[in-house]
Amino acid sequence: MGMTMTQKILAAHAGLESVKAGQLIEAKLDLVLGNDVTTPVAIKEFKKIGVDKVFDKDKVAIVPDHFTPNKDIKSAEHCKMVREFAHGKDITNYFEVGQMGIEHCLLPESGLVVSGDVVIGADSHTCTYGALGAFSTGVGSTDMAVGMARGVAWFKVPAALKFVLKNKPAQWVSGKDIILHIIGMIGVDGALYKSMEFVGDGLQYLSMDDRFTIANMAIEAGGKNGIFPVDEKTLEYVKEHSQKTPVVYEADEDAEYDAVYEIDLSTLRPTVAYPHLPENTKTIDEAKGLEIDQVVIGSCTNGRISDMRIAASILKGKKIDKNIRCIILPGTQKIWLQCVEEGLATIFVEAGCAFSTPTCGPCLGGHMGILAKGERALSTTNRNFIGRMGHPESEVYLASPAVAAASAIYGKITDPAEV
Amino acid sequence: MKACGTVFKYGDNIDTDVIIPARYLNSSDPKELASHCMEDAIHSTVPFAANVKDGDIIVAERNFGCGSSREHAPIAIKASGISCVIAKSFARIFYRNCINIGLPILECEEAANDIDMSDKVEVNFDTGVITNLTKNKTYQAQPFPEFMKEMMAAGGLIEQTKVKLGLKK
Repeated sequence: MGMTMTQKILAAHAGLESVKAGQLIEAKLDLVLGNDVTTPVAIKEFKKIGVDKVFDKDKVAIVPDHFTPNKDIKSAEHCKMVREFAHGKDITNYFEVGQMGIEHCLLPESGLVVSGDVVIGADSHTCTYGALGAFSTGVGSTDMAVGMARGVAWFKVPAALKFVLKNKPAQWVSGKDIILHIIGMIGVDGALYKSMEFVGDGLQYLSMDDRFTIANMAIEAGGKNGIFPVDEKTLEYVKEHSQKTPVVYEADEDAEYDAVYEIDLSTLRPTVAYPHLPENTKTIDEAKGLEIDQVVIGSCTNGRISDMRIAASILKGKKIDKNIRCIILPGTQKIWLQCVEEGLATIFVEAGCAFSTPTCGPCLGGHMGILAKGERALSTTNRNFIGRMGHPESEVYLASPAVAAASAIYGKITDPAEV
Repeated sequence: MKACGTVFKYGDNIDTDVIIPARYLNSSDPKELASHCMEDAIHSTVPFAANVKDGDIIVAERNFGCGSSREHAPIAIKASGISCVIAKSFARIFYRNCINIGLPILECEEAANDIDMSDKVEVNFDTGVITNLTKNKTYQAQPFPEFMKEMMAAGGLIEQTKVKLGLKK
């Protein structure tokens, strides 16, 4: 029996000829990631192990991005602890405020992940790098600690679901709409413990940024990872951003999948996920007209330059509704600067939006845009759980940057085609 | 190994933001996290942190622990005194975090369907038998797989790693 793309990467990193779904393995890691929320717990666990060094100072990345720039004293203490650990262990890839970005925008941009890598991160959206044809998955702090100490992690080899994406999506349909549609179709545990492998002729129409968005939200369907085959776009991206050599793995023709879904991208509509689960999806035609208080454009899901460009293309020359706070957070310093250089920042500010330094901030109700009781946000982030962006009785609706920008102008959920 | 306690019962898709809201993640102190555990389970009839006692048991339905990878979630549950979490299914990062830190968890659909809030329940980890003392019924869960038993016996992933690195016998 053949192997899926994920299984091939895992087999190679476990030093095995082949693996099968359900098998427990120990795999070598190409990168171990943590942030300012998860690394403090990992540091405590790392100290208990009793080793003095990390396994490879070039293969640990620490990105304080959640509650930074420090939102309060306790967060500042956490960041200080993380900073001292990173400096004490001589960790090459520690990104201080001013260099940092949202981790899952930053790592690919910095060239730290390439095709064929195995990456664990103490952050659930570590699955983002599947866009590059890498195996990457979110873990907890104890796994991060052991990963830093030994450079290995235990895995149960996942079974897989195959998503065959066909045809060209319509103008306002982006990677975000595709993944929201898929989560709506299979549910928040539809891919539990499994790989989501995305294939098909529709991939040619998806930019790397679209693919990052899709892989990023595999976790919202319960997936262990989401992964794309490596094509010319991937190799071009890797060449532009990294000195590392990509390794290309392909699924065997006789690989086994628990299910195969065919999705005709040309039939999809801009999609909105209603509270309090990403699976509660509706099309823009059903959602439009719902009044909102706040719009957030950014995050590890949609904080990349193409997200900023599409939002700016809609906001150009417009003013946002007077009852709306619109907060725009580019994913990295580089993207922030691109926004300035391309004139996007001017468009945002002239439209009446707040334009922020990179941070995860409002996505998880940390800072920079917390909701009061009864308030409603439309956001390009990834989760709309109870209390996710603030008060337990506030609401979050998930959508694409195009829908978010259009909605900011009218103060209600709006089809970007109607702006 | 056995656990026995009063049940806190929850529904589907209890996410880690509900288990420990991100507004408390500026702390990593287990006791402080425990004081806010399940705080956003706003539809629950019994407030968790104010009522939980050592040995109590959480029973939930599908996909318990979905969302964020924050280990603060199982840490908060464990530090609350919870002896075992039983669910129809668990989200995968939560599942591995529990194994790694030694918080016993069992998948059992029948138990999750039948057990109600405040039932008294006993769990035998060696056999996977769950006994509902209130309803006088038993349910059979899968006992821990060998691999998990070994890690639990070692005291979690950190202790097992020490052994592998020759830092502990």
